[in-house]
Amino acid sequence: MNPVSDFFLILPELILLGAASCLLIFGVFRTTNADPGVTRLAVVFMGVSLVFVLAIAGDEKMIFEGLLITDRFGQFMKALVLVGAILTLVMGHGYREREGLMQFEYPVLIMFASLGMLLMVSANDLMSLYLGLELQSLPLYVIAAFNRDSERSSEAGLKYFVLGALSSGLLLYGCCLVYGFTGSTSFDGISAALSHDNTPSTGVVVGMVFLSAGLAFKVSAVPFHMWTPDVYEGAPTPVTAFFAAAPKVAAVALFLRVLFDPFGTMISHWQQLIIAISIASMLLGAFAAIYQTNIKRLMAYSSIGNIGYAFVGLAAGTEEGIQGVIIYMTIYLMMTIGSFGCILSMRVRGQMLEGIGDLAGLGRTNPLMAIALAAMMFSLAGIPPLAGFFGKLYVFLAAIHVGLYPLAVIGLLTSVVGAFYYFRIIKIMYFDEAKEVFDKPIGREITVVVSLSAVFVLLFFVYPTPVITGAANAAAALFP
Amino acid sequence: MTITLGHYLVLAAVIFTLGVFGIFINRKNVIVILMSIELMLLAVNLNLVAFSSFLNDMVGQVFVMFVLTVAAAEVSIGLAILVSYHRLRQTIEVEDINLMKG
Repeated sequence: MNPVSDFFLILPELILLGAASCLLIFGVFRTTNADPGVTRLAVVFMGVSLVFVLAIAGDEKMIFEGLLITDRFGQFMKALVLVGAILTLVMGHGYREREGLMQFEYPVLIMFASLGMLLMVSANDLMSLYLGLELQSLPLYVIAAFNRDSERSSEAGLKYFVLGALSSGLLLYGCCLVYGFTGSTSFDGISAALSHDNTPSTGVVVGMVFLSAGLAFKVSAVPFHMWTPDVYEGAPTPVTAFFAAAPKVAAVALFLRVLFDPFGTMISHWQQLIIAISIASMLLGAFAAIYQTNIKRLMAYSSIGNIGYAFVGLAAGTEEGIQGVIIYMTIYLMMTIGSFGCILSMRVRGQMLEGIGDLAGLGRTNPLMAIALAAMMFSLAGIPPLAGFFGKLYVFLAAIHVGLYPLAVIGLLTSVVGAFYYFRIIKIMYFDEAKEVFDKPIGREITVVVSLSAVFVLLFFVYPTPVITGAANAAAALFP
Repeated sequence: MTITLGHYLVLAAVIFTLGVFGIFINRKNVIVILMSIELMLLAVNLNLVAFSSFLNDMVGQVFVMFVLTVAAAEVSIGLAILVSYHRLRQTIEVEDINLMKG
């Protein structure tokens, strides 16, 4: 192993690390408010990092004696994570300006969290997995509680911290059992140890279950979803948008890698687990969202349901299934960002609104925003020919091809139930009596981001090739 | 009586369970939750060291160093959030953390 080429391969991570550290020092020593400049630079550096992620050849290479790995799967997921982080950071700027949350620590923390996510995606060892996960989680605890004058935000941060620390504990206990019973922390070592014997020892199975429980917490899959609605509701809206976008993608990527790389031979053990998690998430996401009146809480249940759908592909356990999950997460990312862009524009006379009823009459008072939000809702409900339909199509097809008919049927039924609350939002926007008119958005950032994601969602079916072939290459790199 | 790996595993499992129950059963004080989190991580460390010595493999002990470091960072962030919470609500009773249902 040539250490110079190793450093070259983790250049995207090194750029983020260096830039975040420098921006932190710059912000501390600057006497005036450094936030606008730091945010702009943070976006630039994350963009540079994204360029390097795409530029570095995607062939499978080990870094630092197998602690990290780069391959096409990692490349695709890292690109998604960075796109999510950049768009949500850009989108939240106006909100933070108005609500008095202009502290330069915010973009710096987002950068550190993104760095943690990149490390998670490229982890190839239990140690780098744990460190990446914690580097992602610790900044997220802080930014959930970022609005220090809001009791809700502080409470969200506290809840997220307690439950997040619990999940890290579970994950770590799983790691130590797997290490003890296979004698290795590297993913290759674990899979080599497991390929010798046909029935893995109980210790490894228990460790794998603990590890999956810890990861299920991070993707907020049922039964580990309790924190999601409260944290989404309490945290400032730009933070919620970030939570729903980038960390979800990174955690799903890590979940895929862990299940297929070290535990690839134990598929019969984890398949049952994933099927149960998937069904429970889809059901809860569909039924619990019906009674919500707060749109951020509704998006929380929607994201729980979406993870359930993505896991239908994971439960299939085939290359096609992985491809489905990757496509689903790509589309989910754009839909979420678009929806939160609209939520960030819900403001009347300087006051942010979060009630679903406040959208009444939007179809007449602000037709463009109503069209964008309606496109997101139709897509989340899975109506063809919008992007969300293709996401669901690929995961359900993968499940049907391996004979998991009950799973696919439950998925279809819960989509129908889910369509009810998505359509209700559209009904409120177009058919209810108009309330007060929303303020004009300050700055063009939100308009640009929302239009981008609306165009992606509406026109995905015209030219889906880049996403689908990219996901196919990524899946081929991951599948053993 | 000789101490075997099994003894260490049982002890660690007991400490870990105490930590988990400490988080869920505790209805009094958030500080106790922080202590319970620390208990869980220390149980894992005990496990890792026991495995490391049993397997004659240094990796487990290196892992322990990382876990200790991260645990310190984690608790400091938890305390910071707790301080800012206390400033607003003047309480850290678990039962009072109920602005949002769930």
